[in-house]
This record gives sequence, structure tokens and C-alpha cells, in this order.
Amino acid sequence: MNAPSTQPPRNVARVDHLAIAELVAPGTRVLDVGCGDGQLLTLLEATRGVDGRGIEISQKGVNECVARGLSVIQGDADTDLVDYPDDAFDYVILSQTLQATRHPRHVVEQMLRIGQKAIVSFPNFGNWRIRGLITFTGRMPVTGNLPHAWYDTPNIHFCTIRDFVALCDEVHARIERGIALNANGQRIGLKAPWWFWNLFGQQAVFLLSR
Amino acid sequence: MPTRSDLAPAAPAPGTRGNDALDQADHPSSEVLRFGPDQPLLLDSGHRIDHLQIAYQTYGTLNAEKSNAILICHALTGDQHVASRHPVTGKPGWWSDMVGSGKPIDTDRYFVICTNVVGSCMGTTGPASTNPETGEPYGLELPVITIRDMVRAQVMLIDHFGIDTLFSVAGGSMGGMQVLQWASTYPERVFSALPIAAGAKHSSQNIAFHEVGRQAVMADPEWRGGRYFREGTSPKKGLAVARMAAHITYLSDDALHRKFGRNLQDRDKPTFGFDADFQIESYLRHQGMTFVDRFDANSYLYLTRAMDYFDLAADFDGRLANAFKGTRTRFCVVSFTSDWLFPTVESKAVVRALNAAAASVSFVEIETDRGHDAFLLDEPELFATIGGFLSSAAHARGIG
Repeated sequence: MNAPSTQPPRNVARVDHLAIAELVAPGTRVLDVGCGDGQLLTLLEATRGVDGRGIEISQKGVNECVARGLSVIQGDADTDLVDYPDDAFDYVILSQTLQATRHPRHVVEQMLRIGQKAIVSFPNFGNWRIRGLITFTGRMPVTGNLPHAWYDTPNIHFCTIRDFVALCDEVHARIERGIALNANGQRIGLKAPWWFWNLFGQQAVFLLSR
Repeated sequence: MPTRSDLAPAAPAPGTRGNDALDQADHPSSEVLRFGPDQPLLLDSGHRIDHLQIAYQTYGTLNAEKSNAILICHALTGDQHVASRHPVTGKPGWWSDMVGSGKPIDTDRYFVICTNVVGSCMGTTGPASTNPETGEPYGLELPVITIRDMVRAQVMLIDHFGIDTLFSVAGGSMGGMQVLQWASTYPERVFSALPIAAGAKHSSQNIAFHEVGRQAVMADPEWRGGRYFREGTSPKKGLAVARMAAHITYLSDDALHRKFGRNLQDRDKPTFGFDADFQIESYLRHQGMTFVDRFDANSYLYLTRAMDYFDLAADFDGRLANAFKGTRTRFCVVSFTSDWLFPTVESKAVVRALNAAAASVSFVEIETDRGHDAFLLDEPELFATIGGFLSSAAHARGIG
């Protein structure tokens, strides 16, 4: 997928990437859907010793990945996941890409078919800043993390944490773990209730199983 | 191994046919390996070639571990002169932008081997070669060749070098078919594979185009049932027409429009005749005429047939994934957006099968309007992809 606009600035290892890496068992087979320039796959290979594969829509991203020695194919999450056999991977990861897919439900279902487990990270549209912007300006929010105007954003399917939890229910996915990160990249306590996550989480990472 | 990368055309040998191109069939300006009846090439057709000659070029140096060898497989009308001057046309090697010192396939790092395929006419046994048993050119007495037969002959050469595992096998079009055949038949001998602008089968449309080409050759009265050498004729017109038709399939509508449009050739208005009024006509005629000076008409029949017969999945009950079952080869599949001869969908079928076989595979579709021939041209994205893929594979293989 195109490098989504919601990613925080690049640094050594992004907090959302570290949160994902924590959910991946060492030595497993991983497919990163929308792997961009391969940053997350590189991190997972280095720290978790995974056998990693990627799908990326942009030629530039694929070339960067191939030059890094990653096995990445040019493809589209919406259309190309059907080509993978059942249970091909231990984990299928969708990092900051869900909101840019045309059929998020289909993509999540395919991920759970291809992988024993799915990991999804996304920006939370239920965050209080977003809510505030809509409430007080009456316009679609444009922030540092979401810099696109409504008419030219690749992010066509924003959702809130509560929306995503509801989707998991609809596709009969079991939520094994959830992590919410606030605006400073800090984790919101596990014991906090959903409404608190939904209001203060800026990003969320979920580990799902069938 | 001696390397002869910049050869002058060989002096005409005794008994040659007074034609540079056809002399190459028996006396190539290349290294040559000959096998006798004790080591026949066994063919898919059930026949055998008892006197196999393989002509090849090498570039760079084979390291002590013999771990840095790259086999490059050429396309239909290509040859072993991948990065050295063509002995007949004098033109630079067909992939000299890709292969050489400091190039993506870097001859300072890798030992590059390219062999003329069986059935061709540049020094490896083909229909223009002299059959040692009769002293006459094989012509149509040569058994029909398949892509797998070409690969079997290449294996004999690789064995001659004492190379167990090739670091990489790379090629475009018919060369890409050989790459896929290598990876499927000899997976343990292929560390990495680069099939470019290819597919796991030849499509019905492609067979159709080839049949047009073959019929053009065979309709030429000078073809004489393939016995033109003996009869002192040459089916140049038929072969030129075959080449003209094929050449269109290597380009794209956009590229033709960009290069030629409807421009007239050396004139202001149409002549109301059948001269080459349009630049595209003149260009195609030139392509056809220059081709016949360097290529054998019967070879054209044999090699197009080999491509037509190629269907990798057919050997595995139609399940392409089984052709790559358990493979540990690292693949990098490349296609081009405007290639309608081997469109991206053909490459994607290979990628899908490799994924189903849990293979390590990268796939890039390169945006270009230059059609199938893009793999031979100066395409920076192609160079970046191949250079990057080979570098990372070299790292994994421990090649410095």
C-alpha cells in the first residue's frame, strides 16, 4: 500500500512497530501487508528472527525492500490476498494500512484465513482531538498525523477503536491482545475501559485469532 | 577457465558456407565444449543428440568455492554474446547495460556464464550445425527441442565447470522460461532465480503469433522443406516476414506511436503505392532484413516450437505450485506494464504458485511503455531491482 499518511516521523524503531514486534513469537512465518519500505519486516527479522514476506503496492517501496534483501511482492491488499493458501503464515500483519483499503472487512477476513493470527494497527479516529476538531470546526480533521485534506487522502476508511472491536465481532475474530498508544506513544493501561482507550488512544494495535 | 570476452570474428574455417552467420553454427567465435556419443543429450521427444556442441561465453572469475556463478539464459533470437561484441553484427552484447564491471550483474563479483541454447545457430548444436554422421547440416533431421532440453544441455556445461549450485539463473522471455525450468527441475542447484518478462507457459495467442512466423518461413519457396543449405537457396524473405510480425509483439502501441506515429518516411505525402510510405513500415523492413543476416530460418522454427511446448504446470497435473514444492531458491519475478506478449498476469501466476509453495519470492511490475523488449533496454528500475536482489542474495550466500 502507499505509505499511509498516518505514520509518525521515522526514527530508529517506531513505537507502533515495537508494539507489533512484541506480539510476534520468535522464529515464525510473517506476512506484512502494505510493508512500505520494509522497516517493520527488517525490525522483525532482526529482533524476532522471523521468516518474513511482504506485499506492497508502490514500485518504489518494493524496490527498496528487494534491495534490503526482503522478499516482497508488488500487490494490492484488496485484491491479492485471495491468492495465498490457507494457513500460509503464523502472522499476517496490517500496519497502518487498514484505513487505506477499499474493503477493510474483506481484508481482515483474508488475513485470518491466511494466517493463524492477524495483527492490525491503525490510527484511532475516536481520539478526543479528532472528535474536538469535528465538533468545533465542523470540518474533516487535518492534523500532523493525518495531514491530508478529505478530497485527496488515501485513507478512505477511518474507524475508531470501538468500530474495530465491533468488526472483530462481526467476522468472529477473537481479540487476543490490544494495545493503545497515546499521543506521546505511551501505552494506555490494560485495565482502562474501552471508552477510555477510544477517547485517549491515538493508535491501536490488535492481535486477533480465529 | 579462459575468458574470451572481446573476440574478433573467427577466420573462415575450411568447409564453411561463406556466410558469417551460418559459419558461426559450426565454428563459433566462442568457447566450445563438445560431447560424444558416450554423453548424449537425451531429449524430451525420446530422441538424442549424440554429438552435442555447446558454445558459450564467460565473464569474470569463478571463485575458489565455485559459489559465485550466474547463468544467463538468452531469449529466442539472442545468443551467448551477452556482454561481448556480436561476431556477425559487430554490435555490443545484448545485455551489456546489465552485465559487466560495476553493472547490476557485476562481473567483478560474479562469474557470468551464457550459453547458446540447443536449437539455435550460434555454435551450440542446432539445425544449421553439421551433423558429424552425415557431413551435412541437420536441417529438419534435428529432433524437436524443448525448453527442458536446453536446460539439460546447460547442466552438462555447469557440470563441466564443476559448479554444484549456481548462485543465480537469470533471463528474460524464453530465457525466463529456462530460469523457471531450472528452478523446478534442479531446485538444489539454483540459489536464486530471476525470471523476467516470462511466464510458466506459452499462451494460445503467443503460439498463434509463432505459427504465423513459421508459416511465413515455410511458405518461402527457397525454404525447400528445410533443405536450403543443400540446395543453395535461402528463405530470407519468409524469415524477414516472420521477424517483422514478431517484432510488433515485442513493442507496444504507445511505444510505436511515440517513436513513429503516422510519420512518413523520406517523403511529404503518400505515394499511392505499396512502398514503405510510413516510418513504421521502413523500420520493420529494416528489422526483418538485418535479422536474416544473423539468424538461421530453421533455428527460428525450432526455438519458437520449444517456447510453444513450454507449460511447466502440465508436468504437475496442472498445479504450478507443485513445480516449486519445497523449493529453497530465492526468486525475483519481474514484469512490465506494457508487455502484452508476457503480460503481468503471467508473472503473477508464477508468483501465486511460489507463494502457495511457501517460496521466498519478490515481484516487481515495472512501469514502462516499451513493451516486452523493455527487459533488454535501459530501464533504471529494472537495474535497481536486479542489482538489489542479487546483492542481498550474495550476502546470504556469503559472496564478497
